Amino acid sequence: MNEPTVIIERKRKFILLPWRELVDYKDLLYFLVVRGVKARYAQSVLGVGWAVIQPLFTMLIFTIVFGRLAKVSSDGLPYALFSFSGLMAWTYFSGALTEASNSLISNANMLSKVYFPRLILPLSGLFSKLLDFTITIIVMGVLLVVFNYTPSANLIYFPLLVVVMMITTFGPAIILAAWAVQYRDIKYAMTFIVQLLMYSAPVVYPLSAVPVEYRAIYSINPLVGVVEGFRSAILGANPMPWSSIAIGSGVSLVVLMFGLYTFTKLEKTFADVA
Amino acid sequence: MSKTVIQVEHLSKAYRIGVEDVKSDTLVGAFTQAIKAPLRNFRTLRNLRSLNRDEASLFWALKDINFEVKEGEVLGIIGHNGAGKSTLLKILSRITEPTEGRIAIHGRVSSLLEVGTGFHPDLTGRENIYMNGTILGMRKKEIDGKLDEIISFSGISRHIDTPVKRYSSGMTVRLAFSVAAHLEPEILIVDEVLAVGDAEFQKKCLSKMEDVTRKGRTVLFVSHNMMAIKSICKTGILLKSGQISFKGTATDTVTTYLQSFLPQSRVEFSEQDESAQSERIYLKNAVIGTQDNDGRVVITDDFSVKILFRNKGGAGNFNVNLFFNAPDGTNIFVSASEVSEVSAGWFTAECQVNANILNDDFYNLDAMVVEGGKPIFFMKSVITVKGVEPPREGSWMGKFPGMVRPKFQWKLSSNELSL
Repeated sequence: MNEPTVIIERKRKFILLPWRELVDYKDLLYFLVVRGVKARYAQSVLGVGWAVIQPLFTMLIFTIVFGRLAKVSSDGLPYALFSFSGLMAWTYFSGALTEASNSLISNANMLSKVYFPRLILPLSGLFSKLLDFTITIIVMGVLLVVFNYTPSANLIYFPLLVVVMMITTFGPAIILAAWAVQYRDIKYAMTFIVQLLMYSAPVVYPLSAVPVEYRAIYSINPLVGVVEGFRSAILGANPMPWSSIAIGSGVSLVVLMFGLYTFTKLEKTFADVA
Repeated sequence: MSKTVIQVEHLSKAYRIGVEDVKSDTLVGAFTQAIKAPLRNFRTLRNLRSLNRDEASLFWALKDINFEVKEGEVLGIIGHNGAGKSTLLKILSRITEPTEGRIAIHGRVSSLLEVGTGFHPDLTGRENIYMNGTILGMRKKEIDGKLDEIISFSGISRHIDTPVKRYSSGMTVRLAFSVAAHLEPEILIVDEVLAVGDAEFQKKCLSKMEDVTRKGRTVLFVSHNMMAIKSICKTGILLKSGQISFKGTATDTVTTYLQSFLPQSRVEFSEQDESAQSERIYLKNAVIGTQDNDGRVVITDDFSVKILFRNKGGAGNFNVNLFFNAPDGTNIFVSASEVSEVSAGWFTAECQVNANILNDDFYNLDAMVVEGGKPIFFMKSVITVKGVEPPREGSWMGKFPGMVRPKFQWKLSSNELSL
């Protein structure tokens, strides 16, 4: 057996992403994801059914309020399909962001009793919400059949968009998670900020509703590229909005880097502050 | 020669202690304070991280600790509450970082500061084995290989696929310890985990610990149980107010520790003190009530033990237990209160101890709060009581043997010897 030498002192080498340690602890990540999923639906009658009900009913209400009453444009698509494709990305983003940013506080006991790479906790939130996301994909499939709608060839880009979506979620999630350990305000603020943020992305309205000259600025919000990308991939009414996706991905990566930096800087004090 | 596996040099750790809020007693004052509160809160919270020196609010939990541990050494770490034992273990386990100094560790470390970390009540016993095992640093493959052993050691194989929330607290502890017992690190760091469970289970744990040490592993062991320290450890260090006050063989260290007891009439625990906290309960202070109020209990007098708790959760039906232990950690007896309803917030438990129970010796009192048969709070060595001899009649002045000295009805009478 090899004998790793660990040096414990105040000033350690600064590592942005502890790859090797994360790989060492991949089994822990796996079981935390399993625990997250099982615990969430334990002792509920509908269980995973809740992952269907929430976006489906939101879609129904949006269709009535925005589609029928307010007559918001949906680029010629059935409003139900239009809003559900946006809600898929949005539901994942808001759910995973909330879960991951609370992951450190809700496991404060673990932080103060055991050492493990702390990034594992927000990562587990990010992955455990993928189950719900997979279920919304299935619901989308059913909706496509119901509306007798065939997806376009752009569907091959769907996995890429999912990766962009996860990176977009992870950056802000770890910044919020790290700060939430010290400032509980984050937890309270999250609930309503997440609600408001939805209107900053083209979930209930199309990208085409934004004047052309503002679209580049608008696309700084990485969710714009993801949501419109989902629409193009699944429904194919518009071409893939590559420029929005490119701008958004760039922003996401910068936020991710900043997030990793913040997290690494603060994680040494988690156990003292939590 | 065996090589050094842990080298600790000039280790110090400072914590920031809470400074009490300034309270205002005028309405205007209270109003301005309420407005300023977010700003003040922000400063306090921000300061949790920054450790600005030469400030009165700094507390040095450890100060300039130096020692080394050789391969295969079994080191006992002892000291009174608040001496810095837990902080030292936390730094060694990489949970918190030192303020100054350096530690070099050669080898794979597993630390058990608690059993059952990461257990989730909704998961089954089997799932929790994997959860807890991977948190402790095991690989899934390793656990797969040891699963049968872990389950049979825990003795609850019949319930292994039942959610843990249906377990009794004893079963949960058994399962959790069983996972911990199957770790195979080169260096094992163990905190007072043996304080839980019944006597038979504790015996099982201690023998498992002895097994581990026989295999030539390096072990660091913190305990209030001096018998366990003496039987398991070869060397020991005694911590006192964050510094090493004695270093030597385990037996000598224990002897020095036992001589260092002081009777207390009142102890206070700050809210930062984790040993005085559980999820539900905070123990703020304990007071020994005697005629002279100096913590010295004349053994022929009644005395009281009064403990102030805060119930952090909702109302519940609690009972409080007091463990009377000899200085070496052996339990002499336990006294339990009746179950009574306690609302949220502060509550006091007062125990009137009859005269003629204690001997002329030191007694360490542990406190436990129980709800519905499950312990929700347990604190070792809350306060130390010293029994003192009253002026004695008769000619013999030696110490009475034994840890208790009850007074019974005696009658001596002369009889006619009948054949």
